[in-house]
Amino acid sequence: MALYNDIVMDHFLNPKNVGEIDNPDGTGIYGSPVCGDMMQIQIKVEGETITDAKFKTFGCGSAIASSSMATSMIIGKTIEEALEITNKQIIDELGGLPPVKVHCSVLADKAIKNAIYDYAQKNNKYYKALEGYDPEADEDDEHGEVEE
Amino acid sequence: MRNVYLDYSATTPVKEEVLKEMIPYFTEKFGNPSSLYDKGLESKDAVTHAREQVADLINAKPSEVYFTAGGTESDNWALFGTAEKLKSKGNHIITTKIEHHAILHSCAYLEKEGYEVTYLDIDKDGRISLKQLEEAITDKTILISIMLVNNEIGTVQPIKEAAAIAKKHGVLFHTDAVQGLGNVDIDVKDMGVDMMSMSSHKIYGPKGSGALYIRKGVVIDNYLHGGAQENRRRAGTENLTGIVGFGKAAELAKANFKGHVEHCSSLRNYLKDRIISEIPDTYVNGTMENRHPGNLNITFKYIEGESILLLLNQFGISVSTGSACSSTSLEPSHVLTALGVPVEMIHGTVRFTVGDFTTKEDIDYVVDNLKKIVARLREISSVNSKKGW
Ligand SMILES: Cc1ncc(COP(=O)(O)O)c(C=O)c1O
Ligand code: FES
Repeated sequence: MALYNDIVMDHFLNPKNVGEIDNPDGTGIYGSPVCGDMMQIQIKVEGETITDAKFKTFGCGSAIASSSMATSMIIGKTIEEALEITNKQIIDELGGLPPVKVHCSVLADKAIKNAIYDYAQKNNKYYKALEGYDPEADEDDEHGEVEE
Repeated sequence: MRNVYLDYSATTPVKEEVLKEMIPYFTEKFGNPSSLYDKGLESKDAVTHAREQVADLINAKPSEVYFTAGGTESDNWALFGTAEKLKSKGNHIITTKIEHHAILHSCAYLEKEGYEVTYLDIDKDGRISLKQLEEAITDKTILISIMLVNNEIGTVQPIKEAAAIAKKHGVLFHTDAVQGLGNVDIDVKDMGVDMMSMSSHKIYGPKGSGALYIRKGVVIDNYLHGGAQENRRRAGTENLTGIVGFGKAAELAKANFKGHVEHCSSLRNYLKDRIISEIPDTYVNGTMENRHPGNLNITFKYIEGESILLLLNQFGISVSTGSACSSTSLEPSHVLTALGVPVEMIHGTVRFTVGDFTTKEDIDYVVDNLKKIVARLREISSVNSKKGW
């Protein structure tokens, strides 16, 4: 059996939204405390809608696929809607990740939230979902059980 | 699609000549070597012959070669057998930080049982310090276990000198020669080792077959208990086909030694030269001097090894990586960590090992695809030479 399913492989081999945005409205960077990888997500916002998102990722196949999926999921959504996305939803859209790779989707989830947080800070916006949000927090409790 | 296997340190294909020797022992020559009738004796002769073939490769006496189920069992037997036998003498073992898990996890188990283990460092070239080794010996030291050739960076340890130090202090010496067998000169008499682990599947023999060399006169406890096989020291009906195959593989390894080493090292060097000159920001881990002839361990800066591995796999190319992301524990390679390679650099490491069936065209195919893959992953990466980490 292959390490990843077809959807994950497709997003890894043909990732969508790779790159950087000129004059982004928000930039989020997050490093995975578990394995030491790094992801950057940038967003363009018009009104309350995310009109574009781009990513750059230093990490494994599943981190790249999660970035591709996560950016695809937020484009066209309002900020409020994007904030509701969880790493679980990213995994579901990807058709599942191996347990040891769950934290790579957390990386994508955090990078999105950080990009929106950056946007909110710069524009003095208030979102309930960001109340008490800590962009640096180490969210690795989502980490799957490891079977040897 | 082309298939290029560059992971010969993980395992090797069984050579045709080896398989041919093995086949009759599955079917018509299936007798139990312990049985007294002709069908048994025929099998017993085959085991005896294989023992001679293996002994011949390492310059041992056949009676000093004990067949096992592979490198892991040999390592476990050497450690647990010695620890148990000599527990009244002492509880201290010396090994290195770069051993295979078959040694490291056995040592961890012994630590739970009250043994003390010293793990020797390696220098920037990947070698232990003989001075640190000698200083680590105490009057409680019962065993020193140092691998001959490392499986990740291919560096060869000064086993002869280390074994001499052990002997001077009256301590037993074991070496894990699983990666060294057939790849570097091995003469157990000249090296002066007391025990040595070997595995068949790294030298074009079948998997699940190996041996422990135990020098005549060295006594350790048994690890498997049961029947009287292997001169009463390793119980269990012999893995007849595995042993016959291992014997033939050992014979071929001896006969082809020079050609094998030259073939592998010239292709390995060609691979290294092309990668280093054609792909920027790449580094070799471990010294190229005195190294496994087929081993190349490279860091591709700013990208991650599992991604490289997966993309190479798309082109039919098989390699391995020391990246944290690719291990189930999400820990970076303990060998590269001991070598002092920073974590973010370990991320981008790939181990290539060439072997007898590798061709120059294979290497060209790999480098041509590697260039594209590395460039593409660097485009995706959030770190680069301008931004830094
Ligand atoms: C250095 C070393 N020791 C031990 C082993 C284990 O050998 P086996 O696979 O035969 O159990 C290996 C194989 O991966 C190895 O490279
Ligand atoms: S980014 Fe390291 S395991 Fe996915």
